[in-house]
Amino acid sequence: MNLFSLSRFRAVLVKEFIQMRRDRLTFAMMIGVPVIQLLLFGYAINNDPRNLPTLLELGEESKVARAVVSGMDTSDYFDFQGFVFGPDAGDKALREGSANFVVVIPPDFERDILRGLSPELLVTADASDPTAVGSAVAALSGIVETAIAQTLDGPLTAVAGRPPPFSMVVHKQFNPEGRTATNIVPGLLAIILAMTMVLITAVAIVRETERGTMETLISTPVRSTEVMLGKILPYVLIGYVQTLLFLIMAKILFNVPFEGSRMAFFVGFNIYVVVNLALGFLISTLVHTQMQAMQASFFLILPTILLSGFMFPFAGMPGWAQAIGTAIPATHFLRIVRKIMLKGAQMADIAIDLRAIAIIGGMIVLIALLRYRRTLD
Amino acid sequence: MSDVAVSVKGLTKIYGHKTVVDAIDMEVPAGSIYGFLGPNGSGKTTTIRMMCGLLTPDAGEGHTLGYDIQKQAREIKERVGYMTQKFSLYTDLTIRENLDFMARMYRLPNRKKVVTRTIEELGLSGRGNQLAGTLSGGWKQRLALAAAMQHKPQLLLLDEPTAGVDPKARRDFWDEIRRLSKEGVTILVSTHYMDEAIQCDNIAYIAYGKLLIHGPAREIPARVGLTTWRVDGPDLIPLEDELRADPRVEQVARFGAQLHVSSTNAKALEELVAEQRKKDKQHRWVKKEAELEEAFIYLMTTAADNFTPNGEAKP
Repeated sequence: MNLFSLSRFRAVLVKEFIQMRRDRLTFAMMIGVPVIQLLLFGYAINNDPRNLPTLLELGEESKVARAVVSGMDTSDYFDFQGFVFGPDAGDKALREGSANFVVVIPPDFERDILRGLSPELLVTADASDPTAVGSAVAALSGIVETAIAQTLDGPLTAVAGRPPPFSMVVHKQFNPEGRTATNIVPGLLAIILAMTMVLITAVAIVRETERGTMETLISTPVRSTEVMLGKILPYVLIGYVQTLLFLIMAKILFNVPFEGSRMAFFVGFNIYVVVNLALGFLISTLVHTQMQAMQASFFLILPTILLSGFMFPFAGMPGWAQAIGTAIPATHFLRIVRKIMLKGAQMADIAIDLRAIAIIGGMIVLIALLRYRRTLD
Repeated sequence: MSDVAVSVKGLTKIYGHKTVVDAIDMEVPAGSIYGFLGPNGSGKTTTIRMMCGLLTPDAGEGHTLGYDIQKQAREIKERVGYMTQKFSLYTDLTIRENLDFMARMYRLPNRKKVVTRTIEELGLSGRGNQLAGTLSGGWKQRLALAAAMQHKPQLLLLDEPTAGVDPKARRDFWDEIRRLSKEGVTILVSTHYMDEAIQCDNIAYIAYGKLLIHGPAREIPARVGLTTWRVDGPDLIPLEDELRADPRVEQVARFGAQLHVSSTNAKALEELVAEQRKKDKQHRWVKKEAELEEAFIYLMTTAADNFTPNGEAKP
């Protein structure tokens, strides 16, 4: 009986390997994806981030205050970036994301300790990303206590020992309950838009080349800008629908607030969508089939999820990973969405992120236009 | 308008190391039906694409309808209708939507009317809302032709328009081409079919990127200079082998139950025929008028000897 022909089986096997090798993009994906994942997960991702930017509001210049500052600084959870004056400045820094912590040492801190009045040390943490600040907050109390205890010599020895001579108030701002959903949901919008917008555009354009309709299209007097705009606009509208649905569901299902300026959101959203569509357009100029367009989009989405600060705290990544993350549009839009929805940011607060997206977008559009030609060669 | 629709000199296209189109000089007289012949991968499509500004030539120059093919591609595209080898309208749009799309591309005034008239002329009234992808091969070609003609181009470039279409549809298609030609449209059509080539006023034959011959269709056989004898009778296969081995015979081609035996040396061939007639009474030898088909087979074979092809050319 000839139930299984080894020769035919081998023929299929060999053919499959030949085809695998010929399809260079798939081959690169099969090798590239595990390697990149390993490098990203292994080196870049750190759920216990150190050196979080911290600002200090100093109500007095004293030995104890200095000890608190140096104690926090040497713990390497905190990285003192400078001083702020007044509560507004501190809030602004937190909202803009230029600092994760603001530490307030009140006036007469040292004197109140000496008098045994247990003064309040106020630490405001940006809890919109609970993972990023969580371990630092947890370690804070011990760090400060040790620092103060070491300074309590001479006239201060009297108050040394337990209970701690001060009380620490940690104010978790923007997400006081530290809910993960509050952090994840706004970020998810950036990821979802990146995924769908890039993929849909790339596939829609490559479809023209793959089916041969591009040849008829470019045999007409049509200009590349007309094709680009005409192809992209419908997908901008789809992005609108997606986002609207998303925001409604975020509110109803997850009770994620929307604190900030709608106008700022609208502006940021539009720029982000355009940049993603341009990226899709760029991919379409590099691949030949819809299948390859999907693979390439998938390849891009991986670093977008891992390095944008969506899943893992951006501050915890090493410099090279942050550099890659900075080049990803989602990184900046994610910050915009979190700032606006959770921190009540206004246009001025997101200016820096808008500029970053605009620069990235400008470069993508430039490369895409250079790649796209009206001729077939 | 001058009396030359397309004129190219030294037109060359190179893909990697392969010269797909090699220094072609060609002139298409205005108002003519110009047949563009050659085997697969000979560079026909590439040449046509360069003529309408879709591809940039690597060397050479040319003018289509008086416009420079390198610098004035847009002007050319406005005035040329191009029909691709593969059906390249949108299969997921209806007939009307496709025609409307093309009408918009050329910014035609009274678009709705123009499209409706095109559909009527096609004989597809009432089927305008059918998806283009569901049409049969012949109808697809006619739709593509109608779409390419909607903006009333002066020049029509047809790239193997009848490949894979049944004989009846092919005949209808050519009736349409002749009608357009009568209206004054210049038509450049590439084809494999000899019965189509015969209908052309002028013919150019290209192989391995080189233009081997061009001129009025009826002059081509004479220019190639073949003398052909037709043989019929029983047992042609041994005879065919024998003739092929004879150095005086340059070409033996089988046509149905006949052999066409050709040579450029008429005298030598006549000697051979005399010998054959003497020793073999079974077969009948008749001298025949040289035709295009033998001429092209001859051109092909000699071209193959001169230029060794290195693999299939890019389409």
